[in-house]
Amino acid sequence: MDLVLAKAMPEDKANAERAVGNVFAAAHGRLPGAGRIADIRARAFEAYERVGLPHRRVEEWKYTDLRVLMRDVLPLAQQPDAPALRRAQAAVEQSAFEPAIKLVLVDGMFASDLSDVARLGKGVDVGTLREVLETSTSDAMAGLVLSTTADAMISLNTAMATDGVVMTIAEGRVLRRPLHVIHVATASSASHFTRSYLHLGDGAHATVVESFVSAETACGYQANNVTIALVGDQASLSHLRVKADAADAVNISSEIIAVGAKAKLNLFNMIHSGAVSRYQGFVTLAGKGAELAVNGVNLLRETQHADTTLVVDHAAPNCVSRQNFRAVVDGAGRSVFQGRIIARPEAQKTDGKLTMRALLLSDQAEADNKPELEIFADDVNCGHGATSGGLDESLLFYFGSRGLSENDAQALLIQAFLGEAIEGVANENLRDFATAQTERWLKARR
Amino acid sequence: MPLLEVRNLHVCVEGREILHGLDLTVNAGEVHAIMGPNGSGKSTLSHVITGKPGYQITAGRILFKGEDLLALGPDQRAAKGIFLAFQYPVEIPGVTTMNFLRTALNAQRRARGQSGYSTPHFLKRARTVAKQLNIPQSMLKRGVNVGFSGGEKKRNEILQMALFEPVLCILDEIDSGLDIDALRIVAEGINAMRSPSRSMIVITHYQRLLNYVVPDVVHVMSKGRVVKSGDKQLALELEASGYAQFEDAA
Ligand SMILES: Nc1ncnc2c1ncn2[C@@H]1O[C@H](COP(=O)(O)OP(=O)(O)OP(=O)(O)O)[C@@H](O)[C@H]1O
Ligand SMILES: [Mg+2]
Repeated sequence: MDLVLAKAMPEDKANAERAVGNVFAAAHGRLPGAGRIADIRARAFEAYERVGLPHRRVEEWKYTDLRVLMRDVLPLAQQPDAPALRRAQAAVEQSAFEPAIKLVLVDGMFASDLSDVARLGKGVDVGTLREVLETSTSDAMAGLVLSTTADAMISLNTAMATDGVVMTIAEGRVLRRPLHVIHVATASSASHFTRSYLHLGDGAHATVVESFVSAETACGYQANNVTIALVGDQASLSHLRVKADAADAVNISSEIIAVGAKAKLNLFNMIHSGAVSRYQGFVTLAGKGAELAVNGVNLLRETQHADTTLVVDHAAPNCVSRQNFRAVVDGAGRSVFQGRIIARPEAQKTDGKLTMRALLLSDQAEADNKPELEIFADDVNCGHGATSGGLDESLLFYFGSRGLSENDAQALLIQAFLGEAIEGVANENLRDFATAQTERWLKARR
Repeated sequence: MPLLEVRNLHVCVEGREILHGLDLTVNAGEVHAIMGPNGSGKSTLSHVITGKPGYQITAGRILFKGEDLLALGPDQRAAKGIFLAFQYPVEIPGVTTMNFLRTALNAQRRARGQSGYSTPHFLKRARTVAKQLNIPQSMLKRGVNVGFSGGEKKRNEILQMALFEPVLCILDEIDSGLDIDALRIVAEGINAMRSPSRSMIVITHYQRLLNYVVPDVVHVMSKGRVVKSGDKQLALELEASGYAQFEDAA
């Protein structure tokens, strides 16, 4: 068995790398930023090439083997033309909600005509990655925007990112309208890469929603998006993400967030479409007394694969983190939750909790829950729990005996189950938005 | 034609027979009490009539208005007007009582070809009935039975019975866990629903409920069969002498 693998692996890897090598070479002229930026990209690509697409023997990617699920990286999508933008607009109109300010990325390029930049208030600055990389004289800013980690998919993103939104919110500013970053795919059998940046000044309050959608007829695309966020001291950020990609799309999104002292971060992540989706968040509670609440929902059917992976690094004392994940898996879907709490030696009085629950609606449904604690401080209060199982038969009978059809009874129980995660969303409008998404999924299930 | 006719019912759970050829006939408008020792199969009978999965019916039949019930799912039986007040009502976190009641009532009405109640119409009715049963509004906003006391759960069952207006009501130990005042309120709720077109099967261990809800027929169940039937006097005799005399009969 091992022998066979040992023989098969280098060849697979070589094939995958050759494909990507071509993709990077082909894209080179379209990637913004010269000089030092071009160097950063080249080095990031080398870092990616050394390991290639993550596979099951890379611990962090154990359950989401991209060599199997993705096989190779598709060529970069063309810059969207006028018909593509028109198709994107229809998709944007479906996912937009009032009173949010739309910031639209189409096939990896910022689309100013579809965005509401003019409606931004005072103290909010929104630019594009392209502008920063092409015109910024500040190397520090460009370096930050393109900062990378050991993760191969983030390295690949650093090399390939074509555009993104760069949002800066001034100190003390309280945003009334959410910023809504909408990623739209219009091109089929192509890849796109965006890198966005959010800086929330000290004491500022903001809500940022990210939606991933596809224009009609877009299929088989690959999206790779990274967001870098800095949440200032005593700032408060609600960040909600909904992945509603085309049924056969691959979406890998990563987020690297640093949270300042006494700041509050409320994250909500929902995956309810797409063939293969992974959200990976790396959150560092960097300032004393920071608070993090993460709620995640994976909704799966058929052969969908959804992976929510979160690493919460308690790097300062007195920080609180709550991770709460719910999966509903139908058909032959596979849900993955990986949650890790790290308490560094200096992170005394860390209070970290992690809960994962999966509801399996069919015999073939699968859920892999992997909670991990890495505790290096001695005065901490950390815990985790993971369960998976089917719907409670006695509850279904109670509903049935009251006249509810099996399907309606299941829908009510599923909504109640998901409600445990959705109720953690800070803002009522966003809770309704999230609930509406689950209702859509349940309707499609009938 | 009787409203409910149970003939020679044999029921197994996990390979073990629990009902051994049970017979029971309930006519329209009648109130029947079923008494019997713990484990004699009273709740099993109520579950089989309402269609709970997990029971194998190996022989016999159950007819409701002459129609075979065993082919129908629990929701279809509910739509025909069969209602069970559970001995142990379940807790359902995350589904508010109000939402549950409205969804259930409208599902039953639609299954019968009636139109669903509008929200204001429904709310008005639910509030009126809740008030009669001394159920505070705040309880209706909570998850179904979540954190309800034993007695509150039982009152919530009667609330549902009053809202759904079933034709056959099976009340499985509705009196257990009720304090003296609650027992009276619940009994009044039950009596208010007695009518020539509605029948009830009242499962109980105690004569006290039957002082309020006076039965037309009393049955004694033992070891999976009805071993004796009589009028309300039978319940008084049981109270005095216990079940020992029926052990052999079963
Ligand atoms: N799901 C089950 N699995 C195994 N045995 C069962 C199951 N349900 C019922 N039984 C058995 O069937 C018998 C009858 O139970 P049932 O609950 O119907 O009794 P009951 O007359 O309602 O008793 P009580 O007065 O205590 O409520 C008992 O011996 C019980 O253990
Ligand atoms: Mg019982």
